[in-house]
Parts: sequence; structure tokens; C-alpha cells
Amino acid sequence: MAVTQTTVILHTGLDIPKVLKEAAAIAAVVFALCFGLLGFKIEDVPGGLSIIQRFGAVVTATVLAFFGRMGVVLLREQRPLLVLVVALPIAVIGIVILITQPQYVRLLLFGSAVVNWLIMLFALGLAARAAWILWHQQPTAAGEQRADVMDRVGARVQQSARFVGPILLGLAIIFPFLPAADRRLLDIAILVVTYIMLGWGLNIVVGLAGLLDLGYVAFYAVGAYSYALLAQYFDMGFWICLPFAGIMSAFAGIILGFPVLRLRGDYLAIVTLGFGEMVRVILLNWYEFTNGPDGISGIPRPTFFGLPLTRSAPEGTETFHSFFDLTYSPIDRIIFLYYLILILALLTNAFTLRIRKLPVGRAWEALREDEVACRSLGINPRNTKLTAFAIGAMFGGFGGSFFATRQGFISPESFTFIESAIILAIVVLGGMGSQIGVVFAAILLIGLPEFFRELQQYRMLAFGAAMVAIMVWRPRGLLAHREPTIRLMPKSK
Amino acid sequence: MGYFLQQLINGATLGMIYGLIAIGYTMVYGIIGMINFAHGELFMIGAFVSIITFLILGLTGLGWAPLALIIVLIVTMLLTSVYGWALERVAYRPLRHSPRLAALITAIGMSIFLQNYVQLLQGARIKPLQPVVKGGLQFLQDGPFTVTLSYLQILIIVLTICLMVGFTVLINRTALGRAQRACQQDLGMASLIGINVDRTISLTFVMGASLASVAGLMFLVNYGVIDFYIGFLAGIKAFTAAVLGGIGSLPGAMLGGLLIGLIEAFWSGYFTVEYKDVAAFSILVLVLIFRPTGLLGKPDIEKV
Repeated sequence: MAVTQTTVILHTGLDIPKVLKEAAAIAAVVFALCFGLLGFKIEDVPGGLSIIQRFGAVVTATVLAFFGRMGVVLLREQRPLLVLVVALPIAVIGIVILITQPQYVRLLLFGSAVVNWLIMLFALGLAARAAWILWHQQPTAAGEQRADVMDRVGARVQQSARFVGPILLGLAIIFPFLPAADRRLLDIAILVVTYIMLGWGLNIVVGLAGLLDLGYVAFYAVGAYSYALLAQYFDMGFWICLPFAGIMSAFAGIILGFPVLRLRGDYLAIVTLGFGEMVRVILLNWYEFTNGPDGISGIPRPTFFGLPLTRSAPEGTETFHSFFDLTYSPIDRIIFLYYLILILALLTNAFTLRIRKLPVGRAWEALREDEVACRSLGINPRNTKLTAFAIGAMFGGFGGSFFATRQGFISPESFTFIESAIILAIVVLGGMGSQIGVVFAAILLIGLPEFFRELQQYRMLAFGAAMVAIMVWRPRGLLAHREPTIRLMPKSK
Repeated sequence: MGYFLQQLINGATLGMIYGLIAIGYTMVYGIIGMINFAHGELFMIGAFVSIITFLILGLTGLGWAPLALIIVLIVTMLLTSVYGWALERVAYRPLRHSPRLAALITAIGMSIFLQNYVQLLQGARIKPLQPVVKGGLQFLQDGPFTVTLSYLQILIIVLTICLMVGFTVLINRTALGRAQRACQQDLGMASLIGINVDRTISLTFVMGASLASVAGLMFLVNYGVIDFYIGFLAGIKAFTAAVLGGIGSLPGAMLGGLLIGLIEAFWSGYFTVEYKDVAAFSILVLVLIFRPTGLLGKPDIEKV
């Protein structure tokens, strides 16, 4: 039945003027978007600025938008054969030329290989979709259906977190000993795990307590600077400073928490954002204390129970490799850092999972759902919010002092708003309140772009575009699926 | 006294710029209840389109300042408003019925995207522009110090006031304004009585973007240097202004902008330049503690 229905659809007349109109509208918009910023480039010349024109690129972009939109519309209007016949050869020939003779594509399209690749991949995607429709004789799944499928995937991943968690954990533990794990990969892994930890820390504030915090980087900065300054002024080591950094950050969290207790939603967001900026501005300008924009360098490395991981130890101490009778290898230190952050991250996770079951954790989740109801049930919103801020901030502080000890150098540059945005994006993209979602989102947002470091200038562009695309695709986050933490009755089978 | 007056003039000029950006925030917030985080980037794009148009005009020899300014104003308003429209269409419309946090994340994503887009296309270096309007009125000789009110500042203040008046008329008198106010009160109900909600929201973004682009143009001619990053700070300051004035209220946005501008100018004039941002945010926090709905905002009563 379904097949005959779709065949009927396939043979309805095609409203050619409508298709052309729609494509032309998009082309016009693209033209207007490109005309100013792509069409002209400001050039530095001696004695001022000059301008060079790039009309070719504007025309190319407009034409591409026209045909691209036309392809999409034709697919929607059930004309897959036409799309396939046009798009597939273009994509195949284009990709072949791109691989063998990139200079010709450059002449026809844009100067940038990345953009050309994207265009060809788009054509290939169109062709693939057309082929899919032809093969199955029915339109591709509609948005809602796809969302449904993803919801089920999300639910399944959440339920299987019990298995996936240990597997991921096992992978994470043996990771440094895999043959593929070189210095670069380990560095990326450390970065990813750092963000996972920060994501978990922020998840307490945003995911559990529902307080939208756009200034999380402030606590990260407080943690990093606490350690760096304690090390600089009092010559203290990493392990003593770690709890101090956590306490300082928690304290900063409470200081921030007090004035914003009465605010909610977007007001809260803007004040926390302002707080983050204030911390950065102070770090930048309090030159006598924080060394301002020059930052603090020479931050001591962490030791393994007092054993430094260096080639040669200072007087009267022993190094890690000589104590364990190993040959010295500089990668040991990286592996040690990796395990250090892994343990910190797992600590955060374990803490979150446990505290969710405590009264305060329950109070957070209740507060997120309905503050008025909470108040009438006798939950003290002030203390509940402050604990959320303080504990979330504390983990941010731990992360910060790890960051300081790993880099060996910190400056206010590292604590800009973009960091807060990235951490928040990890939490939200993963699906709020989902611990495993944070892991996936961090790998996706931090790990993947690191691999594409060569594409330097396109990295952040793609990052922003990915944030938009994922949210439009999955507004509740990748693995959004909220199970009540507690039920009155056990789930019926 | 002279010094005070000078700071007042500078602060008012800056405040006008913030106010124009803040209107965009406040309108969007009023209608769909979300922070358009990428609004600051529209301001930045407006500034870039302006500098490009200025340079083109300079090359073609159309150097007569008033004509050039008018042409640049029209071009930047037109081109930037397309960005505003596209922004809403791509990033916000699909999320209108989603959790509000989702829209905030797309807004931040869009902001990152647009910043890097401009950086990629125009380069990361700061772009200086020769002064377009020179000279000014000098008065109140106070010892060695002279208070200067440049023609440019007069222009900015007058233009902003004109835009504000035009805008108020638009909101209060026209069919579009009525539709916007209706949407502000209740989107669902507005669509039931035959208002094209999608179109109204699109037009709100278009208007917000064109006002932001005017602010970008003013920033460019007033300070003479721009880069791809100016949108961020101006954006959060303007949002602060919108919150300070009471978000959702148009006169509030202007008042908030003016206040933030004045606070910044006086703080940098009498205390330290470095901490002017801290001052602006501290004032915001204080206002929110004692008057959480902003200066002119209506109290937000929570229904249970």
C-alpha cells in the first residue's frame, strides 16, 4: 500500500516556476550575505587600507546556492532521479579532480580547498539521499521520525550506561598503553578529559540545579591562579594546593551565588557572564599580584607521591624512574598527567552520581523543576543554590589547578568567555543532566577539532556551525532522555 | 566642571551606541523570550560593511562626507539586516518550541561562527579608518582644558534620537508595531487572530539588525578602529544595558544604554580605565539585587 501511494506522489506534476522561485530566493539571500563581506576584502597597504574585489567568489557562491537549493527542493518534490543524475557525476568528477588536480577546481570554485571539499561533499550527500529515495521508493524519514529514532537511541545509551560506562572507563585506563597513543594523541586525550571533568562539574550547576551559569570559567581561573600564586609566593606543591584551589573556587562560587540568589533564567546567565569577565579583568589588571597579561610561568609540575617525573631530581630526592628502576622517558610525565586528570574526572563523576541520591542532590533537581513548589515543601532555596554553586565551582577549581600544572604557564588569555561557552555547550549538547552525554559531547566538540588542527582557521568556524547544527537537529541534546531519579513504584516490566 | 562636562558628552555618545544595540536585544527578548547572543556580531558586521563601503566610496572619489555617510548608512542597514534575517531563519526559528537553553546555545554557536567568518574573510588585524567627520564645537574654556563637542558626536546623538522617535512611532502607530506588541503578549493568541507570527519575528530581527548596524557605523566613525572581536564586548554591555533598563522595554533599553555609557565614561575619567567593565557589571548586579526587573521593566509575577 505504502509503495503505491508513494508512486502516485512520484508522478504528480512538478511546479517548475515554484522550484525556480524558491531557489532564486535563497540565491538572492546568499548574494546579499556575500556581497559585502566576501565580495570585498580590506587589504593593508602602506599608509592605510585598500580594498580588493572578489566578485568571482560571490557569483560562485550565489550560483551554488541556487543549484544546491534546487536540488533540495527537487528531492522534497520527489524528483530523486533528476537530482541523482546531476549531482552524482558532479560530485564524483569534482572529488576526483580535487584529489588529482586541485588547481582546476580552484579556478572554477573557491581558492580554499576546504570549502571546495565541503561543496563536493554536499553534492555527494544530495546524490546519496536521492539514491536512498529511489531505492526505497519512499521519502526519507521526516524530522519528527528521525527525532524519535534518536530519542530511542538516547534512551538506549542511557540505559546501557551501565555497560558503556565500564567499557569506556576500561578504554580510558588502558589508553596510554595502546600502540597508537603517541604524544600528540595523549595531549588531545588529556584535553578531552579535562573538558569532560569541567563538563561534569558544570553539570551539577546547570544540569542538576538548573542554574544557567555562563561564567564557569571564572572558577576555572580562580583554581588555576590559586595554585599558581600559592606555588609562586609560598613555594607549595601541587598536592597541597589542589584542595586549597578547590576551596578558593568554592568560596568564589558562594561569593557569586549570594547576589544572584533571587535571579533566574537569563538574568542569572548575564550576571554570571559578567562575573566571569570581572574575574578575567581583575587578573589582567592587578599587575603587582598576578603579573597581569604576562601571566605566571614556571608553575611546578605535580609529583608522584613526592617523586618528580623529571630526568634528574634536585638534591636529596629521587626521581620517579630511578625509584622504580625504569629508564627515563619524557612521555611518562604525560601519561602521569593523563591518569591524574582521569582520576580527578572520575572523582567528579562519582561525587555527582552519589550526591544525586542525597537529600541535597534531590533538592537540586526539585529546585530545577519548580522553585515555588520547593519553597512550599520546606526546601531552603538559598542554601540549596549556594551548595550547587560552591560544589560546581570546586570541581572547576580542581580542573583549573590541573590546567595550571599541566601548562606550567597561565595567563588571563586562557580564561575568556569562549571557554565558558564551550563547557556549557558540552553540557547542553550532551543532554542536560546526562553524565555520559557529557563524555560524547566533549569528544565531539574538543577531540574532533583537535584532529583537524591543520585546518586552523576553519576550526572555530566549524565549531560554531556544529553547535548550531547539533542543537537544531537535537534541541534537547544528543542523548537527552530524562529518567526520574527516583520512583514511588518500581518500574513495571 | 569642564572635565565633568566632557565625560558627560563622551559617555552620552557611547551610551547612544549601546542603546541602539540594546534595543535589538530587548525587542527579540520581548517577542520570543530568548537572548539573541549573536546580536553583538550583527553590530560588528555592520561596522565591517560600513568600513568596506567607506573604502569603496573613497576609491571612487565620493569623498564628500555627508553624502558618503548617508550612502554608508543605507548600505550597512540593508546588508546587515539580511544577516539578521538569515540568523533568525537558520538558528532560531527551528528552535522556537524547544527548551530555551537550546536557543541560547545556538545563539552562542552563531556568535562564534560569525566572528570567525568575518575573521576568515577580512583578516584578524585591526582596521583603522581615517576620520570622516572632523572638527567640532569648543566651549567652556576651563583653564588649559577645553570642552569639545565634535560634530560627529552631535551627529551620533541626533541620529540616535531620530531613530528612536521613528522607532517609537513604528511600534505605536503602524500595523507592524501592533503585530509586534501582540506577539510580545502572546504568540499563540496572536497567530489565532491572524497575525503572521513568523513574518513579525523575522521583521523584528531585521529591525534589530539594522539598528545594530547603525551602532556599528557610529562606533566605526567615532573610534576609528574595528576588528572582528568588537561584537562580543559591545554585545554584553548592550545586553547589560537592556537588563538594566528592564528587558522588554524599549525606553528602558535606551535609558540602560545611556547609563552604562555614562558609568563607563565617568569611571574611566575619574578612576581607572582598566576596571570600567567591572564597574558596569557591578552596577548591573546592584540593580538586579534591589530591582530585579530593571529600572523600567514590569514586575514578572510568577504564576503557580
